[in-house]
Amino acid sequence: MERVRMVFSGSGGQGVITAAIILAEAAVIHEGLNATQSQAYGAAARGGATRSDVIISEGEINFPKVIQPNVLVCLTQQAYTTYYPILRPGGLLLCDTRYVTTERKADAWQVELPMYQSVMEQIGKPIVFNICMLGAVVALTDVVSRDSVMKILKERIPAGFVEINEKALNLGFDLGQAKKR
Amino acid sequence: MSQNIKFVQGNEACVAGALYAGLQFFAGYPITPSSEVAELLAARLPTQGGKFIQMEDELSSICAIIGASLTGHKVMTATSGPGFSLMQEALGYAIMAEIPCVIVNVQRGGPSTGIPTQVSQGDVMQARWGVHGDHSMVALTASNHQDVFLMTVEAFNIAETYRTPVVLLFDEVIGHMREKLVVPQEGEVQLVGRLHTSVKGGVDYHPYLPREDGRLPMSDFGGVHRYNVTGLYHDMWGFPSSDPKVVHGLIRHLVDKIENRANLLAHYKEYFLEDADRVLVSYGAPARSALHVVKNRRARGERLGLLELQTLWPFPTDIVREKCARAKAVVVVEMNMGQMLQEVKKAVEKPEQVFLANRIDGVFITPTDIQNILRLIQGKGV
Amino acid sequence: MAVKDYIRERFFPHMWCPGCGHGIVLNSLLRAVEQLGMSKNEIVMVSGIGCSSRIGGYVDFHTLHTLHGRALAFATGVKLSRPELNVVVPMGDGDALAIGGNHFIHACRRNIGMTAIVMNNRIYGMTGGQFSPMSGLGISASTAPYSNIDRAFDVSEMARAAGATFVARTTVYHAQQATEFIKKAFLHEGFAVVEILSQCPTHFGRRNRQGGAADMMEWFKENTVPVGSKKKLENPALIERGIFVQKEEPEYCSEYAKIVDKAMRG
Repeated sequence: MERVRMVFSGSGGQGVITAAIILAEAAVIHEGLNATQSQAYGAAARGGATRSDVIISEGEINFPKVIQPNVLVCLTQQAYTTYYPILRPGGLLLCDTRYVTTERKADAWQVELPMYQSVMEQIGKPIVFNICMLGAVVALTDVVSRDSVMKILKERIPAGFVEINEKALNLGFDLGQAKKR
Repeated sequence: MSQNIKFVQGNEACVAGALYAGLQFFAGYPITPSSEVAELLAARLPTQGGKFIQMEDELSSICAIIGASLTGHKVMTATSGPGFSLMQEALGYAIMAEIPCVIVNVQRGGPSTGIPTQVSQGDVMQARWGVHGDHSMVALTASNHQDVFLMTVEAFNIAETYRTPVVLLFDEVIGHMREKLVVPQEGEVQLVGRLHTSVKGGVDYHPYLPREDGRLPMSDFGGVHRYNVTGLYHDMWGFPSSDPKVVHGLIRHLVDKIENRANLLAHYKEYFLEDADRVLVSYGAPARSALHVVKNRRARGERLGLLELQTLWPFPTDIVREKCARAKAVVVVEMNMGQMLQEVKKAVEKPEQVFLANRIDGVFITPTDIQNILRLIQGKGV
Repeated sequence: MAVKDYIRERFFPHMWCPGCGHGIVLNSLLRAVEQLGMSKNEIVMVSGIGCSSRIGGYVDFHTLHTLHGRALAFATGVKLSRPELNVVVPMGDGDALAIGGNHFIHACRRNIGMTAIVMNNRIYGMTGGQFSPMSGLGISASTAPYSNIDRAFDVSEMARAAGATFVARTTVYHAQQATEFIKKAFLHEGFAVVEILSQCPTHFGRRNRQGGAADMMEWFKENTVPVGSKKKLENPALIERGIFVQKEEPEYCSEYAKIVDKAMRG
């Protein structure tokens, strides 16, 4: 597997960092891969721009920050405007249709999914929006298996919430699968 | 085995190392980017019968761990720049009274409140010279979580062996980044315990009389030996003395016990140094950027190597001199205005061939930053 | 054991000035320890910096002579790590309330089981007679040559407000009362503060024309009254002596032991 460099961006409280951690943890604990996850944040716990970098690789990872991601996830318009220019040519851009209006760029694989809308219609809990996004990322990139992510969710999440998280993960996975090239 | 593989922040790797080493008492005060250390220990220490206390400030945090060390416990505190400044007074006390303790400083940008959530290595010289008066110091660092774990264990081992405070000088990138940590099995990494005196109760015990091997056996407060501990110059019983022979003997002992063991205490890693004509010297998180550059350049056939320092103090002068002896150029990669650069220049034979690749804007130094400096040096024809 | 058995005789005569009240505090403390029949091995004395802190050199306990103002912080580490030890912390007024003021109020708030003895002579003696937070208005000191405009604390009131669960005040003139209060403080489960007014004839007395040591002790006798005395109503300037606070509240180390139980049960 080649090295995957990912940037997850959005606003504080959307669970962007949590999703990034779960993905990287799944890679390390259940897939035997190396991963690093780091984040940039300001003083505010809620609101404000959030960015988390994840690198997943079979080999050793030295420089842990992402300069040019080949996977970029944007969950707000501000995040899209800020980070779209750093996407590696030919890389994957994943946006949510409710929060982000995109422009066309020739050398990117742009996937826009109604993740937030689907979560609200089928689950009704905005808190699992990030897990739905993670499902889509897993489907689109194959970077780790859906099972590995689910195992981490079961370890981290109180039993009462596992079901809606699983639903959200599957929902995102199906949305992503439909757009897969 | 798999339960020993963890995906954690550097701060948690430090906590795992401290608990592995036998940490029993932690006192601290919240400060970014070190707070996770306190939070995790507040949860974990009591599950093993250990103690955690959140104090009113950093001054009292380090004082409290010194008190707890004297009752026979392995102790630690954790902070960042502004808190580390406040700890200097009691850090000097721990040196003078020879109290084993570990002080973690997860560095952020300074001076003053500086830039709390961004990376820096600006406290390297403060760790060495922040305490007033002549003294020596042990400070360790690491660039990945496995090494954070091992250096934390080593900090406790050195603290107990030499009855000295040991500073762990991590940085925000290492503290907050998550990556793999494989927690060693019990017994896999050697631990040094508290050396207790074998002198029986009622027999004269000298808390400050070194044995032949240089170690000073301790007696716990609450035990059968009642002695004095002070920050004043003191005799072998711990009582204040201004006798010039006692004063001279003690300061020499405090400095020599560390400086004379600089090579023994030196932990470092080397990459591609055998035939390197240019050597990068780095430590902490920036060593990762440096290693990235070295691997890339090696793939193109360039003879670039890396010396990664893990022991910062006492400065491993002999090792730096030896490893850099064949280099046409040495580039120190660090996140400050050249604090280690000066030490490297002092160590090598040709200080004019030592250059700096640094960054002081709160942004983590990139491989490109280092490559730009290498290109500049090449342009100069070094 | 006799009182003499609790001292490190080889360090006498002590370093305090002739007429200093601190020797009387030492005497009262030793009598309290002796009367309670305490073992020397179970007492840890933690002191800071200043004339008061040197008391630790003279007692045959585990003694920890620390940094200016920080004695309570060191003591907190000793006590929490080994709660079965008796920890006593003698401090000067500047030590306890200026540089150590923050540690003092937080030790009171935590209610950790230790005894703080504030040896209050209203001056910095060791450094040469500078005013302290206890000197008060109108006092002459080496750093208040035109008379002091810094208002004073009331240590006992502050300890009470900060949450100390045993607070008492007396003077070195009332040495037997001091012994009684220190005994009660030792037996108290929680943070105990005993303020003992002590004289510094060398600096405070001389600069403020208060006469010699005997005159200053006479002053303690004339200007203090038992707590609740009617004389205080007639003359509010009188200083009350007695136990101001004595109550049972959860002690910090006992509460932490419960946390350990809870954490171990998972």
